[in-house]
Amino acid sequence: MTDPAPRLGREVIAMRVAREFHDGEVVNLGIGIPTLCSDFVPFGVQLMYHSESGLLNCGPLADEGDGDVDLINAGGQFLSPIPGMAYFDSAEAFAMIRGGHVDVTALGALQVSETGDLANWFLPARGVGNVGGAMDLAVGAKRVIVAMEHNGRDGAQKIVPECSFPLTGQGCVGLIVTDIAVIEVLPEGGGLRLIEHASGWDVAAIQSQTGAELTVSSDLTEITLA
Amino acid sequence: MPIDKTTNNFAEAVSDISDGSVVMIGGFGGAGGMPHLLMLALRDQGARNLTIIGNTAGIAAPTGFGWPEGVEPIDHAVLIENGQIAKVIASFPVSGSVSRPNAFEVGFRAGEIELEVVPQGTLAERMRAAGAGIAAFYTPTAAGTILAEGKESRMFDGREYVLEEALHADFALIRAKTADTLGNLIYTGTSRTFNPPMAAAARVTIAEVDEIVEPGGIDPERVDTPSIYVQRIVARPPASEGGVVLP
Repeated sequence: MTDPAPRLGREVIAMRVAREFHDGEVVNLGIGIPTLCSDFVPFGVQLMYHSESGLLNCGPLADEGDGDVDLINAGGQFLSPIPGMAYFDSAEAFAMIRGGHVDVTALGALQVSETGDLANWFLPARGVGNVGGAMDLAVGAKRVIVAMEHNGRDGAQKIVPECSFPLTGQGCVGLIVTDIAVIEVLPEGGGLRLIEHASGWDVAAIQSQTGAELTVSSDLTEITLA
Repeated sequence: MPIDKTTNNFAEAVSDISDGSVVMIGGFGGAGGMPHLLMLALRDQGARNLTIIGNTAGIAAPTGFGWPEGVEPIDHAVLIENGQIAKVIASFPVSGSVSRPNAFEVGFRAGEIELEVVPQGTLAERMRAAGAGIAAFYTPTAAGTILAEGKESRMFDGREYVLEEALHADFALIRAKTADTLGNLIYTGTSRTFNPPMAAAARVTIAEVDEIVEPGGIDPERVDTPSIYVQRIVARPPASEGGVVLP
């Protein structure tokens, strides 16, 4: 089935995710689309970024050629310093995560199930994977937002009744933001509820790209970034 | 006689690492916090059938992860390509890019190297537990996943937790900014990561540092790793004498 309208770009997905962050929250951004979110935090919202590399609070990415090997994020990118940072070791970085001190994390995903199971670390075709901090964030962050393309490059369904790829965490995802829709994972196995759609995408078009069954919010709106 | 843990050179620092040893290698994955000269010395020393424990199994060489432009990365590949590694315990063992496999992935696919993948926080906590005399602990991380298979689990307050055991090592090769001659260490920025928990988890911890100062040269209020966890220290030669380009 051909797309009824263009899909949103990675930056636009990141912009929509960034609207979920509230003033003063501690935020951990995963590799990929989530990393882009820091460029789109709404005016007036101040966040405290937490990174598995052992820091709390940081400036934006360093200018090209101005990197300091002792100031990186979890993706190995160089950051710029700001006043009020804190450094710590890996055991403490993850005590913060597991201990429930991180308000929200945005992560990429290979698959998300209708009960909020997340699979994002192991691609069976490769036979080896990087779990990194994903399993700790999945269980530890107070809120897990998935930011991803709605379908795989081959059109494969990524939002599915049950994940076929090895799991990162069970029932951990609260919100899914994709290039065609925003979907809530309802608690207690309540399933998936479509709350926003990309311009030109109606419910039937989104459902046709989604392996799991969607219910539709009575307040369904178009994705807006203002 | 005053205590002085300074070792004359890198070769001497790693000379007693024997075949079959379990060796922790510090750092996160990039240039910062990684004991490059200790790794090169261990390569030259030649011990084989080693188990290495670290956050990665060397992801900088193929991707430049955490390295400045124009500097050739040095990572765990120097040991892997030299055929010294039998097993890797890591959270992020392979390159983020399928098309740019690291030396570990090549060896793993060839069936030459065994792998144990551990979630990053569990890896750090297993080290912390080892250093603190805790045999095992329950964590919610990995519950219901393939990384919990074969492990005991238990419900607390309606939530499943997995029993994870302490992770010890014979040696830890770590990196710090400054040591005093007693072995007190301080780190810089995000280059702390796994170095402090590894220092406590290993029987012999060897710290590669930029500078060694006399006792009193480090403010006791600001010691990151107390000297009790450090058995040997060795200073990097000034960049002009190092023989390799290092950030």
